[in-house]
Amino acid sequence: MEHLVDIVLLGLLMITGFAIVRMRSLLAAAMLTSIYSLLSASLFVVLDAVDVALTEAAIGAGISTILLLATVALTTDEEKAPRHTPLLPLVVVIATGAALIYGTLDMPHYGDPAAPIHQYVAPTYLHDTPGVIGVPNVVTSVLASYRGYDTLGEVTVIFTAGVGVMVLLGYRLRRCNITGPGIRNLIVLRVIAKLFFPLILLFALYVLLHGDYGPGGGFQAGVVFATGFILYALAFGLGNAQRLIPRKLLRIMVAVGMLIYAAVGIESMLLGGKFLEYRVLADDPVTGQRLGIMLIELGVGIAVASVVLIIYYAFVSRHCQAPEDM
Amino acid sequence: MYIAVTIAILIAIALGLVRAFRGPTLYDRIMAGNMIGTLTVLMVAVLGFMTGRPEFLDIALVYVLISFVSTIAVLRVYIIRGTMDSSSTGSGKE
Amino acid sequence: MMDTVLDVLSWIFLLGGAIFLLVGAIGALRFPDFYTRLHAVSVCDTMGAGLVLVGLMLQGGLSLVTVKLLLMFYFMMFTGPTAVHALAEAAMQSKLKPVVDEREP
Repeated sequence: MEHLVDIVLLGLLMITGFAIVRMRSLLAAAMLTSIYSLLSASLFVVLDAVDVALTEAAIGAGISTILLLATVALTTDEEKAPRHTPLLPLVVVIATGAALIYGTLDMPHYGDPAAPIHQYVAPTYLHDTPGVIGVPNVVTSVLASYRGYDTLGEVTVIFTAGVGVMVLLGYRLRRCNITGPGIRNLIVLRVIAKLFFPLILLFALYVLLHGDYGPGGGFQAGVVFATGFILYALAFGLGNAQRLIPRKLLRIMVAVGMLIYAAVGIESMLLGGKFLEYRVLADDPVTGQRLGIMLIELGVGIAVASVVLIIYYAFVSRHCQAPEDM
Repeated sequence: MYIAVTIAILIAIALGLVRAFRGPTLYDRIMAGNMIGTLTVLMVAVLGFMTGRPEFLDIALVYVLISFVSTIAVLRVYIIRGTMDSSSTGSGKE
Repeated sequence: MMDTVLDVLSWIFLLGGAIFLLVGAIGALRFPDFYTRLHAVSVCDTMGAGLVLVGLMLQGGLSLVTVKLLLMFYFMMFTGPTAVHALAEAAMQSKLKPVVDEREP
């Protein structure tokens, strides 16, 4: 039964992919990309990759669609017709695709317990996590503790992205109070936004704190948190949102999030352990691990939320250049 | 029985995809995206019950919120420029 | 006994929801213009989703799962109509004309 769902979802994904390529209107393509993310997120759920599904839903279907559309709104809507015949690229793509498919023939079957990836470090992670880390969600323990360096690197990438966007687009503080003419009658939206804004923030905290037990964690929580503020900005205007959470604060918070993470590493060094070795943080190693994971998830959450909001502000405030038409 | 509901949802998603491909206006596509969002939420919930892991509902909850905010954002952010007069509603050359 | 009744009831709700979802999707595909299609989609968002969620709640029993389902129900009952309202509003603002029957009665 699950195989049937897999196959149908994969088929739909493929059709959507072709449709995106064929679509000349960039807006329509952006909308289809959002549908594509939703479909692939449900595929991840079917495959039991719950944490990935949560991330894909929050980032792929939410933030990236919004940013894509904001970008399209700054350029033209129609894709320009290619000037050359795409024969050579087609040959290259077909050759690469054929090589990749040939490569998959040697791969172990889906879910094969004897596959190399399940033999190398995975058994150790699965076996040690309950005793050494004390966190029920193995994904969180791998992400935050065993591979803490990797995650620090990922947060650095996000930090760099935020800084890059700030430098390129959003360094000037533009004031713009009125939002666009899309929906004139905002009463319904405002009432709903008032109802939902606190709930979304609360839910983000739940995702952050519940990351030890179920799907969730700093990355997802950060995005959900930022989504709450984006809803606020959509309903009450960018100006009001910037008064609520100003850019200056965001700029500081990005650094704070990053520094919390790094500081946990330094602290564990000061306490006699290695960099990001959480077990020295408390008297009991397991408590130390949990404390460390909680702290770095908090840092990740703060950094991600601030970066997403910075990027959103930067993109949307590009539309504010002429105040009278806003 | 969950299977029947899942199949119904998958068929509905397929129909929604056809609407998303056909357009003809951008609003139709946004509408189809919104509908597929709702259907995905329901599918995740039903699949969670089917596989006996109802804690998947966290994901469904995130989807509900995200797909709502992104629909509103599509309508507000894009249309902010005011290009959506009836001539350029993305007639989707197909 | 009670379990069977609850089971049957939840299946009825689930199947009803599935039928509404299908009907909504067919409407979204077949109706002649944007506004009528929007009407069909809102059936999906409220009736279909609502019935499926109630059916799942009956399966979940008294637990955290049901609380989450209730929360989802609450969210969906607000977000669905709001999104559809915003869509209709935006389409009206961009002067998308509904298809009307021009013939004299």
